[in-house]
Amino acid sequence: MTIQQVIFLLVALATLGSALKVVTTGNLVRAALWLVATLFFVAVIYALLNAGFLAVVQVVIYIGAIAILFIFAVMLTRSDQRDRGPQHNRGWWVGALVALLAFAALLVVLVGSGQFARLAPELPEGFDAVALLGDALISADAYVLPFEVASVLLLAALVGAVYVAFSRR
Amino acid sequence: MVPLSWYVILSAGLFCVGLFGVLTRRNAVAILLGVELMLNAVNVNLAAFWRYGDNVNVMTGQVFAIIVFAVAAAEVAVGLALVISVYRRRNTVVAEEVDLLKW
Repeated sequence: MTIQQVIFLLVALATLGSALKVVTTGNLVRAALWLVATLFFVAVIYALLNAGFLAVVQVVIYIGAIAILFIFAVMLTRSDQRDRGPQHNRGWWVGALVALLAFAALLVVLVGSGQFARLAPELPEGFDAVALLGDALISADAYVLPFEVASVLLLAALVGAVYVAFSRR
Repeated sequence: MVPLSWYVILSAGLFCVGLFGVLTRRNAVAILLGVELMLNAVNVNLAAFWRYGDNVNVMTGQVFAIIVFAVAAAEVAVGLALVISVYRRRNTVVAEEVDLLKW
């Protein structure tokens, strides 16, 4: 077992453990903080995959913006009598069963793919993923259209969120 | 070296934990937390397939992941706005008590 594998296993276990805490913790502020931990470990996974830009974006956008938005929402919708009731609905074991079955099905597909032990190709000399990604995002024969559509989507979501949450009083 | 299957199994596990949260949580904000976990699992998959693909110069996986980031940000903004709006009118965030559209 190489050092990379040990690091990956530790990070993966931490990711799954904190993700489990996100879905089981009763206190929602704590659940949101466990989500921050999960997102950070996923950023480490990106770094292990040589996707440095994704790791940085994960920390800046997910932890810096989305997780903080969650904590705001928890604070704004807090009502003490609701926090004490059961956090899971009555049919929670059905949900657990469905999740386990989905995991088993994904494993079956993975085993059937025959790519179980595939290893990453060597990175070429002087490989610059960020420069290639920037080129791909703005060059006309690559992904400039989805990139611009995403900006329109964000604008529409911004206007929609302001409109929905706006108080008329 | 870490084989591709380890990343895919991690991603499948993360996805199913998020699925469990979405299916079983009563609080609407907690349901959105589960959705975030599922989107992250998809992103891990996309990044892993970019790195383990035949040609790392093709950036499709990472571009897809960035589009997913943008969609996730939009989804959270609209979703939390809906939760806050419902809370303001009905004074509850429990998903099963919001039954306005139930026939």
